[in-house]
Amino acid sequence: MGDGLYVKGLRAWFGDTLVLKGVDLTVAPNAVTAIIGPSGCGKSTFIRCLNRMHETVQGARVAGQVLLNSENLYASGVDPVQVRRRIGMVFQKPNPFPTMSIFDNVAAGLRLAGIRKKSQLQEEVERALRHAALWDEVKDDLDKSGVSLSGGQQQRLCIARALAVDPQILLMDEPCSALDPIATARIEELIHDLKKELTIAIVTHNMQQAARVSEWTGFFLLGELVEFGVAKEIFTTPRDRRTEDYITGRFG
Amino acid sequence: MSARIRRWKSDTVSVLTFLSALIVVCPLLLIFGFLLLKGASALNLDFFTHLPKPVGEAGGGVANAIVGSLIMIGLAVCVGLPVGIAGGVYLAESRDRRLPWVVRFIADVLNGVPSIVVGIFAYTVVVLPMRRFSALAGGLALGFILIPIVLRTTEEMVRLVPNALREAGLGLGIKRWKVTMRIVLPAARAGILTGVMVAVARIAGETAPLLFTALGNRFWHQGLDQPIAALPLQIYAYAIAPYEDWHRQAWAGALVLITLVFLASLAARVATRGRTIAR
Repeated sequence: MGDGLYVKGLRAWFGDTLVLKGVDLTVAPNAVTAIIGPSGCGKSTFIRCLNRMHETVQGARVAGQVLLNSENLYASGVDPVQVRRRIGMVFQKPNPFPTMSIFDNVAAGLRLAGIRKKSQLQEEVERALRHAALWDEVKDDLDKSGVSLSGGQQQRLCIARALAVDPQILLMDEPCSALDPIATARIEELIHDLKKELTIAIVTHNMQQAARVSEWTGFFLLGELVEFGVAKEIFTTPRDRRTEDYITGRFG
Repeated sequence: MSARIRRWKSDTVSVLTFLSALIVVCPLLLIFGFLLLKGASALNLDFFTHLPKPVGEAGGGVANAIVGSLIMIGLAVCVGLPVGIAGGVYLAESRDRRLPWVVRFIADVLNGVPSIVVGIFAYTVVVLPMRRFSALAGGLALGFILIPIVLRTTEEMVRLVPNALREAGLGLGIKRWKVTMRIVLPAARAGILTGVMVAVARIAGETAPLLFTALGNRFWHQGLDQPIAALPLQIYAYAIAPYEDWHRQAWAGALVLITLVFLASLAARVATRGRTIAR
């Protein structure tokens, strides 16, 4: 089962520049929450704050709270490495490890977490690849290099790699922006299936995609959360003028 | 009209760049050809398997020098590789700015220090306290030359690894040092290996630092704390001697040296083929 995330007063900086100006938002469990907004609005920064990836960039800083099961992920003493085990991430460009085979890519997280038993690894890798709807395409080529796959397959490999360590939440940062429409459709189907078992937050600059996949949608502008609500309502009857302007294509 | 002038300019530049490339390749080909011409006649099985003969006797070989060179290169690699690679990774991955800047600067200065000065340094810190010339001193001197080259190439190669790979690892909940060791370094492996081969080729031919450290020896290797023969030293000794036979052997030695370096570079290229970072 997935868990929800409760974000309270989240602010983030790059050096001295404030890029998130106090965001309050709830990522509902076992649902898809989409974050939309124009380029540079802070949506990627926001999602990277949820698993403490933002702070890996030099000079980046975060303030505020992110609660997972009422535990603040930014409390002192919380290990960011453990946070990232529980909250997985898929990036904009497919980034399989180029020196590893398909099998090793999926097993990477498990191996580096200390799991050595071959039978267990094989089981987990197959489970993750099935989950990512990639198993049937690669089951005979597990020894091939991960980068020998097509772009869409690579992205599903990255999803499998994230799923292998069994996270409660999956963050996706524009996962389809480098893919063609067919590969995109497959990923969207996958998102639909995955939410039965975990919670998903997805950043996208494609509004149709947000409308198709999400239950909840948040609209970001200039580092602020302008509007947040049920996806259907955001896209049919936005309350804020700026949201309406954006989704009707008047800017952005 | 203007189209013709443009085509003429384009052709001229093409020819000029091609000629420049040719000039780059020429010295190597000329050297190799010259060595073949002068040295090939002295090459035979004895040359690779026998000790040098006393003055006046014809024949003999430089087997001890080949072995000596290999031993000292091995020592240098043992010293230079771990330090150079680990240091290079630090320079590329550290989030600190000041210390890497200082280290980088010093490494570049060290890279420019004439190798004979490195030899004098090893003489002072190893040969004088030990009170004898030794393979150890020679290997260390070569190692000092190796370190800055390996350091800087490793840094460059690790920097070339796309940040997306580090993020992929960190995002999986892998600790930073493990990401570096298991994901970043393997991705940079081919480049680092090529850099190491270039560095090894460079020290294989170094003569000056060995004059004060390894000294040379006309017998088989007698322990790491004893003077030892080396191919460049042997070439030097034979080349300045007044005997026709020794001159031929010096040419042959140079031919062997350049062939070894060539083969090692080729082997590194083949071993790392298709394993580069960029797809």
